Amino acid sequence: MRDLIIIGSGPAGLTAAITAAEHGLDILVIDEYLKPGGRLLGQLYEEPGGNWWNGIEESRKLSERAGALGLDIRLGVSVHNIEQENGSWLVYTDRETFEAKSLLLATGAAEAPVAIPGWTLPGVMSVGAAQVMTNVHRVKPGQKGVIIGVNVLSSAIAMELHIAGIEVAAIALPKNNRVNGSAAIPTEVMNALLHVSHMAPSAFVKMGSKLMKNEFMKKMGITFYPKNGVRMWDIPVMLRKAVIRIEGTDQVEGVTLATVTADGKVISGTEEVIGCDFVCIAGGLYPLAELAALTGCPFYHIDELGGSVPLHSEDMRTPLDGLYVAGNITGIEGAKVAMSQGKTAALSIAKDLGKDIAEASLSEAIRQISSTRSDAHIQFHQDVEVGRRKLQEYWEQHATGKRNILV
Amino acid sequence: MTERILDHPVLGALEPDQTVTFTFNGMTYEGRDGEPIAAALLAAGVRTLRHHEESGTPRGIYCNIGHCFECRVEVDGQQGVRACLTPVREGMVINGGGPLPAPVRDWRKNHA
Ligand SMILES: Cc1cc2nc3c(=O)[nH]c(=O)nc-3n(C[C@H](O)[C@H](O)[C@H](O)COP(=O)(O)OP(=O)(O)OC[C@H]3O[C@@H](n4cnc5c(N)ncnc54)[C@H](O)[C@@H]3O)c2cc1C
Ligand code: FES
Repeated sequence: MRDLIIIGSGPAGLTAAITAAEHGLDILVIDEYLKPGGRLLGQLYEEPGGNWWNGIEESRKLSERAGALGLDIRLGVSVHNIEQENGSWLVYTDRETFEAKSLLLATGAAEAPVAIPGWTLPGVMSVGAAQVMTNVHRVKPGQKGVIIGVNVLSSAIAMELHIAGIEVAAIALPKNNRVNGSAAIPTEVMNALLHVSHMAPSAFVKMGSKLMKNEFMKKMGITFYPKNGVRMWDIPVMLRKAVIRIEGTDQVEGVTLATVTADGKVISGTEEVIGCDFVCIAGGLYPLAELAALTGCPFYHIDELGGSVPLHSEDMRTPLDGLYVAGNITGIEGAKVAMSQGKTAALSIAKDLGKDIAEASLSEAIRQISSTRSDAHIQFHQDVEVGRRKLQEYWEQHATGKRNILV
Repeated sequence: MTERILDHPVLGALEPDQTVTFTFNGMTYEGRDGEPIAAALLAAGVRTLRHHEESGTPRGIYCNIGHCFECRVEVDGQQGVRACLTPVREGMVINGGGPLPAPVRDWRKNHA
């Protein structure tokens, strides 16, 4: 029987596989995508200092190291169930069933939708879909697009579309309704953006530093925010306009925009149609954790981590014997954090399987997760540290038996 | 009409690849060997991959990474295949699904 099965060949899964192989474990990596690298593949941005973080290059480096170690990576294989039986893990896929002593879930994140009439039309896609089409497959998602949802991911991807020569006519808010919540409220979006101003376009940073001073300035900022948006990389970022409908019969032909009040109410009579052939929906990311839910692992909903996450410790163990997690399944963060979590998980697994892992190297790996987090260029949630602390408290409560695990 | 990004200021030139020929709904298309079916079709200007089983309205890719199943098509006779994660190969026969018969609903429409 194998020592370890890793589900997901993103930055977390691949780094874990490399570390585990270096410690002599017998590993199988499974991924349903057609290339290794996960969501790292599509990433492309300039880091402070002028270096480009090129996800395709980074993924290639990881796969080459994995290849040199002779790792068994099965692509195009989907896992649909997992079970623990007689102390080992059974992994059911669309091909065959695999078995191992331990299991690492590194399934990453998924994108939440926003609800807008017309969103099933061909040409409407998640913003990540446009990123992958453009950067990974090198096919334009269209000639001219509109992005619905203003957040860290959508502004990063707008820039990526722009440098690939694809016109983005606007980034605007989604229509305010019962589903879309704070993503449709200009003041809330402005606040969220100001906290990630290091990522936001420079026009925001300049404006932001003035607006951050006090509540009055913030209110003034959104009230007087230019209705036609502030331009970043030549793309109008419209915090006072919302897409109320996507137009088209057989495919996307345009969107209807309307001006909204500072709290997101549509001002009637302001509707206008702009033409486009694709629309991106950016509802934010949440941890993709269904497989962990199948095991009976306890979950906690932590907003700062992007949603419900399986309970785990700093060393990436779950309360279930032989089950580990790493990467965005544990909370939404950038790829470098995912890598450091993958490394930590692999050390914990090797240790639990009886390999000689010094306590010091494990605690150093844990320390590296936090330092990577504080140095991260991309922060999806301003209070991710708070979220991590909450989770650690839940873990300690479980460890001291204050809560019983119901499996 | 969509097109391929042949040159990219950071990622560089698109590497040459083997061209494959496949059919979609009976029409012949060309793609780059091993790219996802959805990418090959989009590069050829095809966005609509299927029509909804019940309503018959058109659908294309949504997530492009295997999560949503909006891109499901029939490939070489196998149904429910995700076009966004399935590599296109020489000679593939791909069909987008359409509305399925709903005899109970239709009977109600005409009789109830
Ligand atoms: C659409 C999208 C775009 C993103 N863009 C950025 C960005 O621009 N910048 C940034 O910093 N972060 C971005 N992120 C966040 C991203 O999740 C992290 O940066 C990082 O890639 C997380 O690494 P990971 O290894 O945890 O997961 P991932 O990189 O998501 O890898 C998980 C892998 O698991 C596989 N998998 C999942 N479930 C199964 C299953 N049941 N069976 C088989 N295989 C499975 C997937 O195919 C995938 O390859 C994005 C996330 C998403 C979802
Ligand atoms: S587009 Fe979502 S699964 Fe293919």
